[in-house]
Amino acid sequence: MNNIMTIFRKELHSFFTSPMAYIFLVVFALINGYFFNIQFFLINESDMRVLFGIVPLVYLFFIPAISMGLISREKSLGTIEIISTMPILERDIVIGKYLAGLTLIVLGLITTLIHYLTLSSVGTSIDHGAVFTGYIGLILLGGVYTAVSLFASSLTDNQVVAFIIGIAIVLVFFMMDKLLFFVPSSLSGIVQFLSTDFHLSNMSRGVLDTRNLIYFGSVIGFFLSITTRILESRKWN
Amino acid sequence: MIQIDNLSKNYGTVQAVDSISFSLNDGEIVGFLGANGAGKSTTLKMITGYLSPTSGNVHIGNQNIIDDCIDIQKMIGYLPELNPLYSEMKVHEYLHFHASIRGIIGNEFTESLKRVVNECGLQGVVHRTIGNCSKGYKQRIGLAAAMIHDPKILILDEPVTGLDPNQIVEIRGLIKKLGKKKLVLMSSHILQEIQATVDRIIIIDNGKIVADGTSEELISNAQGMTQLHLQVHEADENKIQDMKAIIPSINLKNISQEEDSFLLTIEYGNNSDPRKDIFKYAVDNSWTITEMTVTEKNLEDIFRNLTSQSTEGVEDE
Repeated sequence: MNNIMTIFRKELHSFFTSPMAYIFLVVFALINGYFFNIQFFLINESDMRVLFGIVPLVYLFFIPAISMGLISREKSLGTIEIISTMPILERDIVIGKYLAGLTLIVLGLITTLIHYLTLSSVGTSIDHGAVFTGYIGLILLGGVYTAVSLFASSLTDNQVVAFIIGIAIVLVFFMMDKLLFFVPSSLSGIVQFLSTDFHLSNMSRGVLDTRNLIYFGSVIGFFLSITTRILESRKWN
Repeated sequence: MIQIDNLSKNYGTVQAVDSISFSLNDGEIVGFLGANGAGKSTTLKMITGYLSPTSGNVHIGNQNIIDDCIDIQKMIGYLPELNPLYSEMKVHEYLHFHASIRGIIGNEFTESLKRVVNECGLQGVVHRTIGNCSKGYKQRIGLAAAMIHDPKILILDEPVTGLDPNQIVEIRGLIKKLGKKKLVLMSSHILQEIQATVDRIIIIDNGKIVADGTSEELISNAQGMTQLHLQVHEADENKIQDMKAIIPSINLKNISQEEDSFLLTIEYGNNSDPRKDIFKYAVDNSWTITEMTVTEKNLEDIFRNLTSQSTEGVEDE
């Protein structure tokens, strides 16, 4: 646990000593605010559901971008040899880095709370429960995308390549239920269940189903464990 | 302290390290010498648990690197080749990161920081960003990070590569000082470096150990022969050829005639010294000796002999 926290602090520190984290937070807040507000006044309802539709789109590019260097940079600098020869399990390295990436996402989400505060001070009949579960959904979705991008980062020592692989896998998860039309009907149920949007839409409507939680939990667990295996595999080169 | 048994490592079909065995004792400074690509770094990476051996094992105390990797990593301080560092960190932050992974926190960290800053001479740069430090300082920062937990074993992969002569002397002095208390295993492809710093030299070539001992031992054990250059006047060729029969321990390598004198190159084993016999033979035949020079083998020749095959191979490619 201590080791996870040490890695977590180191990664967070490196996010905030470079301009990276600040740029991410500002741009994330601006883009979400812009797209939320232009649609919000069109629909004319005191509802946050528009935001829960926009953030996953913004995630598609932002999460692979902030996670791309988490492991690939260590590989290109050679510092992977330093952390791998410290008395620390690869699993702890992966979890520490993952939590640091996720923390930055959660900080980004906090910037969007301004819309909720505005809404609750001027709007009427707001479904606070749905807002709450919607945010839980966004955190879990951010968790899946961070795990995927961390995995992509472990595959290469080139950050740009990591970024592209990350976007590609994240897009597959995002697009799956939008392409159901092309999938044989016998498989469409499975494909729909594997897509992130299917599970997220429940949550942004205010439904917290254990099936959705288990889905997010297992996808995150799957990608973190194969990332750990990849880090361990350097021994058998 | 460290026992290495039949350690091998294959990268695909390339055998980088080929079944090497040796043991290292406490308080020894051992130099691992070999040409580039001889298998030095691979061996060090296996000892530190960065790579797993294809076969064989590394024992430290009653633990081994395959089953107790984390426990062994706790005992070792490691400075990898090219000294990778997080350049955006400040020096004390970097050392703090190393310390907290090793469970050294609070007052204990303050003490350890003071110790490594003193030992490695980092007083001026503790609050500087690593990226802004000079190469010599970076090397000392890497060394300080490897020593923050006061390990019994220090493994340094090419610790002086790329430093200027003054810095090399400093780092060399530091390593010597450390070697009084710790087992230091350092690698280098520069012979002078190893010779100046270590007690014992292990020469590795093509993944195999070709020599192991102090530099004096290596010189005296060298399989080569001592060469003697001899210049004689008033000699004749037949008598020179007959010398081999009278003094059986010598080998006539080369005879060349120069106006009225002969230049002879004679070889003999290290266990005999036929110079008196040669002198007497010359006197008996009324030759005049104007030169008799022994060219002693030095470590450099031995190193070149031991590792020549592989370097020739590289040149051919």
